[in-house]
Order: sequence, then C-alpha cells, then structure tokens
Amino acid sequence: MTDSNVSNDSASLVKQSLRRRHRSEKRFKLYGLVAISIGLVFLVLLFASIIGNGYTALSQTMMQIEVDLAADKIDPKQTLDPKILRAADYGGMVKTALRKEFPDVKKRKQKKALYQLVSSGAAETIRNAVLADPGIIGTTQTFWVPADDDVDMLVKGYIDRDVPEGDRRVKDIQLAWIDRFDEQGRIEKRFNKAFFTNGDSREPELAGIWGAVVGSIYTLLVTLVLSFPIGVSAACYLEEFAPKNRWTDLIEVNINNLAAVPSIVFGLLGLAIFINWAGLPRSAPLVGGLVLSLMTLPTVIIASRAALKSVPPSIREAAQGMGASAMQTVTDHVLPLAMPGMLTGTIIGMARALGETAPLLMIGMVAFIADVPQSPVDPSTALPVQIYLWADSPERAFIERISAAIIVLLLFLMVMNGLAVWLRSRFERRW
Amino acid sequence: MDSLNPFILSPGKLEAEHGVATTAETKEELKSYETVGDITVDNPRMTARDVDVFYADNHAIIDVSLDIGSNEVIAMIGPSGCGKSTFLRCLNRMNDTIDICRITGSIKLDDKDIYARDLDVVELRARVGMVFQKPNPFPKTIYDNVAYGPRLHGLVRTKAETDEVVFQSLEKAGLFEEVKDRLDQPGTGLSGGQQQRLCIARAIAVAPEVILMDEPCSALDPIATARIEELIDELREQYTICIVTHSMQQAARVSQRTAYFHLGKLIEVGPTNDIFTNPSAKLTEDYITGRFG
Repeated sequence: MTDSNVSNDSASLVKQSLRRRHRSEKRFKLYGLVAISIGLVFLVLLFASIIGNGYTALSQTMMQIEVDLAADKIDPKQTLDPKILRAADYGGMVKTALRKEFPDVKKRKQKKALYQLVSSGAAETIRNAVLADPGIIGTTQTFWVPADDDVDMLVKGYIDRDVPEGDRRVKDIQLAWIDRFDEQGRIEKRFNKAFFTNGDSREPELAGIWGAVVGSIYTLLVTLVLSFPIGVSAACYLEEFAPKNRWTDLIEVNINNLAAVPSIVFGLLGLAIFINWAGLPRSAPLVGGLVLSLMTLPTVIIASRAALKSVPPSIREAAQGMGASAMQTVTDHVLPLAMPGMLTGTIIGMARALGETAPLLMIGMVAFIADVPQSPVDPSTALPVQIYLWADSPERAFIERISAAIIVLLLFLMVMNGLAVWLRSRFERRW
Repeated sequence: MDSLNPFILSPGKLEAEHGVATTAETKEELKSYETVGDITVDNPRMTARDVDVFYADNHAIIDVSLDIGSNEVIAMIGPSGCGKSTFLRCLNRMNDTIDICRITGSIKLDDKDIYARDLDVVELRARVGMVFQKPNPFPKTIYDNVAYGPRLHGLVRTKAETDEVVFQSLEKAGLFEEVKDRLDQPGTGLSGGQQQRLCIARAIAVAPEVILMDEPCSALDPIATARIEELIDELREQYTICIVTHSMQQAARVSQRTAYFHLGKLIEVGPTNDIFTNPSAKLTEDYITGRFG
C-alpha cells in the first residue's frame, strides 16, 4: 500500500465519520427543538386556560334600582350625625325598592328570592352615597348596585337556562325578573373595581385581592430587608474571610441542605419560635416575612457565593497588590462585581417566597381576613393563600376570581423577574 | 515529594528529555548547594537572608539569600516551577493570602523586617508595588484605576492633587498621550499592552520604592513588550525593579543583575553580562544555552 492510498483511505474514513457526526448533530438539535416546543405548548396552554377563565372576573354585573331615601328611616331627628347615618337600615331600603319594582310579589318565599337578586353590598353602596352627600336624604335616587354572584354568573353565561329548575341556582321566577331588568336596560356589566380594591369577602361579587396584595407586599418587604443583608454578609464571610476548615465545610453542607428543606418545615419552625416562643402576632406579615426569610436565606447565600466565586482572582490580587486590606478588597472591588449575581439570586429567592403557601398556612395567614392590613403586624393573608382559600369555596363565581388572582400573581412575578434582568444589565461590568 | 508537584521538573525527566545530566540530580542534593556569585550589593534596598518557603510539605524555596540594590533592575530567571515567582511574591507578602504557605528567614526593606509583627502589610504594599503576569486593571475608568491607590492610602486630598498624581503616573508609564481623551472610559477597554502599562501606572501612583513584576510581558505581543521594556529602563532611575521573566533575551535587555533559580534554589547571581556570557555554574550554563528550561 502506498502513502497516497493510505491518505485516501483515511480521507474517506473521515468523510464517513463526518456524515455520522453531522447526523448526530442534527438529531441533537432536533431533541432541543422538540423539548422547547413542548415547553412552549404547555406554557401557552397554561396562560390560555388561566386568562380564558380569568378575564371575565374583570367585569361585574350591576343592576340599577330606585331607592327611596326616606328621611324618617335614615335620620328621623335630622341630626346629620355620621354615626346615625351609618347605622340606618339601608338593606331594608333596598328590599323596599325591589318590592316596589315587582308589587305582585307577595309570598314570603318569593320575596326572599327577589331579595337575592342584588348583592348584600348594595346597602353599602347606598350608605356610602348618603355619607358622601347627606343632601340626598328625603329624595328618591337611582343606584347602580352589584348584582348577586348567581345573577352575575347567569349574565356571563355560566348558568344554563335549559337545565331543569331544580338543578339551577337561579329559579324560573328570578329569570323572569332579571329579564325584565334587562329589557329596561337596567342590568349591565361594568369594570370590576371591587376586585382590585376590596379585601376578602364571603360574597364573590364583593371579594377582592387588595388585602392579599398588600399582605404579600408587606411579607416580601420583611423578607427582603432580612434575607438580603444577612445572606450577602454570610456569603461574603464564608467566601472571602472564613478559614477553610472542618467547621466551614460543615456550615456549607448545612446551608446546602437547608435549601432543600420542604417549606412547610420552616412554617412549623416559625410557628414554634416566632409565635409560640417569641409571642409575635399570629397571621401577621411580619411573621410570614420572618419565616420566608429563613426559607430564602440559603438560596440567597448560595447564589451570592456563586457570584463571589465568579469574580476573577486577578482582581483580588490587583487590589491586594495595591495595598487594599481584605475588607477594602471586598467592598471596593469584589462586591460591586458580584452584586448583579447577588441581586438576581435574591430576586429569584423572593419570587419563590412570593409563591409560597405552605409555611404561611402554619403561621395562620390562612385565616379569613376581610380588612386590608395597615401595617406588617396586622392580620393578613397573602396572594397564593388567597387563591388557596377561594379554591376551597363552593361558589361558581370564585372560579373566575381564582384565575384572575393567579394572573395578578403571575404579573407580580414577571415584574420581579423583569426587575432582576434590569438590575443585572444595569450593574453588570465586564472585566 | 517532587512527583506530587507537576511544576517541579524531576531530574530523571530532564535527563530523559534532553539527554543531559545536570550537575545536581535532585532537590536533596541541591540543598547543600552554595549560591555562586556575589549576593550582596553596595546599596541594598531589600535584603533577603536564608529564606525558605513551604507550600504545605513542598519545600518551594530553599535557603535563598539575595540583595536587591537601589535603582537596579534585577531579573530572576529559571525553568518553570523553580520558585522565582514565589520568591518575588515573598517580597511584598502576597503569599500571605495562601493558607498553606509558610515562610522562614528574613526579608528586610531598608533594614526593616517586612515579616515583623508590627509591620502593616498595607504599608508594605504601598512601598513595594506589584505588576502581574496578566494585565488586571480594575473594571473602573482609566482615571479611577490610577487614582485608586493614592486615594486608598490617603496620598491625595483634593481633586487637583488626584489629577496631578494620575496624570504624572500615566505620563511616567508612557500612556498619557494615548488615553488623555478617554480617561473616563473603562480601563478594561484598552489593548493588552496598554492595560499592562495602566497597571504599571497604577503601581507607581502610590510612589513605591520597589516594583515587582511577575512576567509582565508574557501575555503581550512583541511591540507591546518592547514598549514595556523601554519603560522599565526609564523607571529604573526612580525605582528599584525586580522582574521575573521567562525570556532570557528580555532579562539580558532590561536588567543589570540576573539571578538564576533552579528547583527552589538560587544557583547563581551576578551582573547580567557575566551571567549570559560567562556563567560560573554548570546549571546556569545549561539553562541559558537552552539545554533545558
């Protein structure tokens, strides 16, 4: 065999292997594409189902009623004292208004069905109007009041008129009344402002997420204020100052283990320590934030250490060679370079904390709380817990509100992740 | 022991690769070796006596004594892993940060022991600056790179003073003309040679007495190298310079004295001319004639 034969041979061998390599390369690319497509399909499905279910919660059915604000019922002595104005029986006035609308309704059972058309929040609407302008006392006013959640569901098409009356939440006679309102143009879907401004309620048409949003914000603030400085300091000490010995190894292993502890365990720990032993208030965002800090700390420490490790040693050498002390090296050079990574890690940890339900259940943030919390020590709930609570409710109208609340939660997460991306690009420096 | 450290050439390997027997076969045999040439100078700036360095069990520097004269450029040459960089880093205690490193013997700067308890390493490093192998400017502006040292040590108070120090240092490092219009741009955006000159400017901004250079040109192209070498020659008038280099030509070009290290031992030291034209030690001769290294 001559030399040229040998080289020809090897050339064809290379060619063959080349074809094989190209094939496997294409296959590998295909796997990746398939994986990404599957992921995207599920993402689209998730969003489609949530948004499809949730967008109707943005509107709420309102009914127009004419209420006689008789002075002798509201403020017989004409004191205009807000206390008396507030205590008047507006619910009764709403009922009177409805009876006046349908004078032929006489039976008690039918009357009750009639009263069910409007929400119990109608009285609240009228009370607020009277308190805002006591001058309307003694007149007859028209009000747009929220309809009951069953009427709302009917108008939105979630209740089928064709099923037998016994299986339907809205009875035939109520259907007739609603249709009459509709014919007169006195029933209308309007933007559901209550959903974004109210706290929780047993009545779906009055239930809102603002209380949960404020609770989540307080909780996350407490978590951020605690976990970021503590986590970054711990990471700096472990990475830059601590001697490498058996103790620091042990600490490192334990931090990694803590990151993998189920979150409900942190909830139990918080219940035992912060509530039972330290006596902090139950259901408070303060305690929620403390518990979530415990949960987030390992994540922050691990991310911060990784960020510190990725700072090239040449920068440390340069600073030390200039006569910077160990602390100056860290604060002047290493920390600014590691900051984008630390911030990203922290925000990812915070995003996890935002979506966390289990530990909050343990410390009582699962209670039914209708008020919007005014401070981190007020009883409160959080967004994911609110979703969990509503998912437990039987009313059909809560289903769309769950989806709407999930949309709000997802928006929250997107804003936080966007913030992480922005912070990283803002502070990132090349070396 | 040697087999644990890939950087230390085992004599057996040397023989196998180059077919020459070195005069000293092992580190053990070298231990009793006496340095050839005059280790002292008339006006020493730094004096090292009986310095031994251990990395855990590895005896990296064995009983090295050497004077470094004022306003001279001393080159340290030798094969990889011979300890020349380790010795250089002992001179401003950069080895302090390595936990397993242990140093015995005495190193004095102007008759003051730099390993004395009462000496602050921060002060030492202000007096003994360092330029590293790979250019490592801070990811800050060119101006802030140079201003960092003076600000750190409180050498400047006002903006005007800082400006003066920064401009002078850049001028001395031969960089001012090239960067005067972009002082507010990041130092990392410069070319490799400019970055290294920026690092030199940064080092001289704190007015050190000694500048240590650890293979300052090994990451640079020949033209950038030539500029740095010119610069070293100019800086000699004001500073004492220790340079570790792999290039014997560079050592011959820039230095007045040359020290040859082998397996952690200082084999020979003397005027550069003598070392390269008429070495006294067999090991030195073997190295500079290219038989190994």
